[in-house]
Amino acid sequence: MAEHETHDYDVIIIGAGGAGLRAAIEAKSRGLRTALVCKSLLGKAHTVMAEGGVAAAMGNISPEDNWKVHFRDTMRGGKMLNNWRMAELHAQEAPDRVRELEAWGALFDRTKDGRIRQRDFGGHRYARLAHVGDRTGLELIRTLQQRAVSMDIDVFMECKILRLLSDAQGVVSGAVGYWRPTGEMVVFSAKAIVLATGGAGKSWKYTSNSWECTGDGHAMALWAGADLIDMECVQFHPTGMVWPLSVRGLLVTEGVRGDGGVLRNSEGRRFMFEYVADMFRAETADSEEEADRWYDDHTAGRRPPELLPRDEVARAINTEVKAGRGSPHGGVLLDIATRRSAEDIRRLLPSMYHQFMELAGVDITSEAMEVGPTCHYFMGGVRVDADTGAATVPGLFVAGEVAGGMHGANRLGGNSLSDLLVFGRRAGMGASDYASGRAGTPVPDQGEVELAIAEALAPFERSDGENPYELHEALQDTMQTLVGIIRTGDELEQALEQLDVLRDRASKVSVAGGRVYNPGWNLATDLPAMLTVSRCVTLGARDRKESRGGHTREDFPSADPEFGQVNLVQRQPSGGGVAGEIKIGPEPIPEMPAELKSLLEESH
Amino acid sequence: MGDVTMNVWRGDPTGGDFTKYTLPGQEGEVVLDVIHRIQATQAGDLACRWNCKAGKCGSCSAEINGKPRLMCMTRMDQLPEGPVTVAPMRTFPIIRDLVTDVSFNFEMAKQVPAFAPPPRPEDGYRMAQIDVERGQEFRKCIECFLCQNVCHVIRDHEENKTHYAGPRFFIRYAELEMHPLDTNDRRELVRQKAGLGMCNITKCCTEVCPEHIKITDNAIIPMKERVVDATYDPVAWLGRKILRRQKATPSEAAAHGG
Repeated sequence: MAEHETHDYDVIIIGAGGAGLRAAIEAKSRGLRTALVCKSLLGKAHTVMAEGGVAAAMGNISPEDNWKVHFRDTMRGGKMLNNWRMAELHAQEAPDRVRELEAWGALFDRTKDGRIRQRDFGGHRYARLAHVGDRTGLELIRTLQQRAVSMDIDVFMECKILRLLSDAQGVVSGAVGYWRPTGEMVVFSAKAIVLATGGAGKSWKYTSNSWECTGDGHAMALWAGADLIDMECVQFHPTGMVWPLSVRGLLVTEGVRGDGGVLRNSEGRRFMFEYVADMFRAETADSEEEADRWYDDHTAGRRPPELLPRDEVARAINTEVKAGRGSPHGGVLLDIATRRSAEDIRRLLPSMYHQFMELAGVDITSEAMEVGPTCHYFMGGVRVDADTGAATVPGLFVAGEVAGGMHGANRLGGNSLSDLLVFGRRAGMGASDYASGRAGTPVPDQGEVELAIAEALAPFERSDGENPYELHEALQDTMQTLVGIIRTGDELEQALEQLDVLRDRASKVSVAGGRVYNPGWNLATDLPAMLTVSRCVTLGARDRKESRGGHTREDFPSADPEFGQVNLVQRQPSGGGVAGEIKIGPEPIPEMPAELKSLLEESH
Repeated sequence: MGDVTMNVWRGDPTGGDFTKYTLPGQEGEVVLDVIHRIQATQAGDLACRWNCKAGKCGSCSAEINGKPRLMCMTRMDQLPEGPVTVAPMRTFPIIRDLVTDVSFNFEMAKQVPAFAPPPRPEDGYRMAQIDVERGQEFRKCIECFLCQNVCHVIRDHEENKTHYAGPRFFIRYAELEMHPLDTNDRRELVRQKAGLGMCNITKCCTEVCPEHIKITDNAIIPMKERVVDATYDPVAWLGRKILRRQKATPSEAAAHGG
């Protein structure tokens, strides 16, 4: 038997971003033996990069705001593909979760009367994003991290989980992984597992995501028998940096537009006025004069088109660049310098100021930024029960970006941080209840342990095999070129062929050196999940023959009402990890209750 | 562009040395980009920590040409011409190559007593922007631990690590102490267990902070003054005896923290 250490807990949370931390706090506060396992050091997860804010209908700026309007905005932003129950819970509970953070020490920016300041963002009808300058994610993760540390939650840092483990009855009962600093194997047994592993943007070339976003949770859930939904719905954030090349894709917060930044093409035109979809026409300004009035007084005009949902803006930028009206490095111009004082910009957007000054030599208080779409967020993910976060296999709970449903086909900015808090807590509750009711000691299948360890160590056994870095680059090229922001049936078929080849090559990876903190080996163990998730996205994109939210098909440019009624569900019934066969098919979205439907129809 | 040459420290706890790598330069790159290209093309097992590559997570701290910096925020074209030296942070034990064992910092984090606000008023907590800004400066900290790395109280004296929390945690204590809502008093704790008095204000920490936090001027010196007030000031002592105080006494807080 392969050597490994073992640990036993009631609840294990995999991933220590906002959702994982919030789930751990919940489980621990309910008295369960709780452990948090993360690939990086504590406090470094991708949540740290969230900038603009956390959406919650607190009404501190606009008293007319309430959960019903937030629910409506979220559903419309998601093009009605959302799990309505998640959107409802999210809108109802987000304000309490923000207030809870404040009571745990978070220092949000304040209004003149001392309440939490809220900022405007795309797709939100009212100023709704509680924020700390443009580093809200850092504040959120640090607050939760400090809370978790004060509760004495056990944390396994730099510990990469490879596979979930089931018991003889097929109930999820543990996980196997390794310590990155030593390369030693470790097996956890647990009565319940919470997956909070985030997204998978690292399979694209131009992405705002950090190295960790390799879709581990999506893939492990699928391999363990759980359903994934709507994996084709990937958000390309409209404003990533485009130059220098080494930082291409790095996020430029939507807060720039919320605080007055406008988009112009190379001809100097505010082109977004030409891209207002019918769905948003009634609430969007139709002239620059009207939009400008809105910045000073929200009742004096309708919202500027720069604040349309992200999918709309990203497609518009893509079209402008393709039409030859792009900026020198292939983006468009985002200008806040001519609209805000240098002092305001440095106060409201300090990270953006530094990011451009230090990495691009651009002073955003006097010059425009060059921006273009960047792979940013997975709306699709593991199918869950809204109230508990339970996946479709027993013993598994899921929260945050790795869960699907909440955001439908397109996520509104600010709805991610609130999602983490609302559903992190709920998954923590769900897992705690499940663990408390589960009899006996969980016994993970030893065969699964052996198999996972053997697979992970195989690259050391080979010599002169494939280079994991080259494979990763090839995968990014495939996904960027063929499964990007605009898709076609032919290219998606090509992508599937290339993914077959890459999977075959990945089975021949070899790595140099030992097991101690070996990034080449670490990348080799990330590749199976990246390949599986890339395949799921491509399969979903091939089968959803319509354009909706983050999923745009050039050959099916409109939304199809029939596709609007279904989730595309993927599962892998015969197991087999990255080599297994994935089944995909449409399943009806649950019917929305009449009282919620009426909220969508109200004009507010 | 011509070639770039990097001298990268490679080794483990038993020892190591600099290895020279030469590769073609590319426009606009930062040091971390070049390290990544070395990994991809010449040394797949070259160990370095990184996450966001945007100066937000504080993972890729190293000593570049002898200066403690973030690799992701150091542009190659702003370094002097010639070979670039990249070494791990010196204050922490080596794991491998550029990766060090920073667990000291996570242990120190556990000693900080949690934030303790009063019960929430009916219409919510109210704080003025100007009051939260003092704490916000310290909460910009990305925990890169460069300030810890350059602080000679621990850089040159391993034995001090048991009773000296370091600049990162002095700003944490200061942030809590200056939080408009916090009810704890951590002054005695920061003097005794965290070793604030051992800091001799050389400002090395402030100089290396990538977030430009004025660690010494805005956190350490005010904290030293508050500690002195609490400990040695007879007027303050008398005041405490006479006036009803909202905060816990220093000894109560120290007992709580211990």
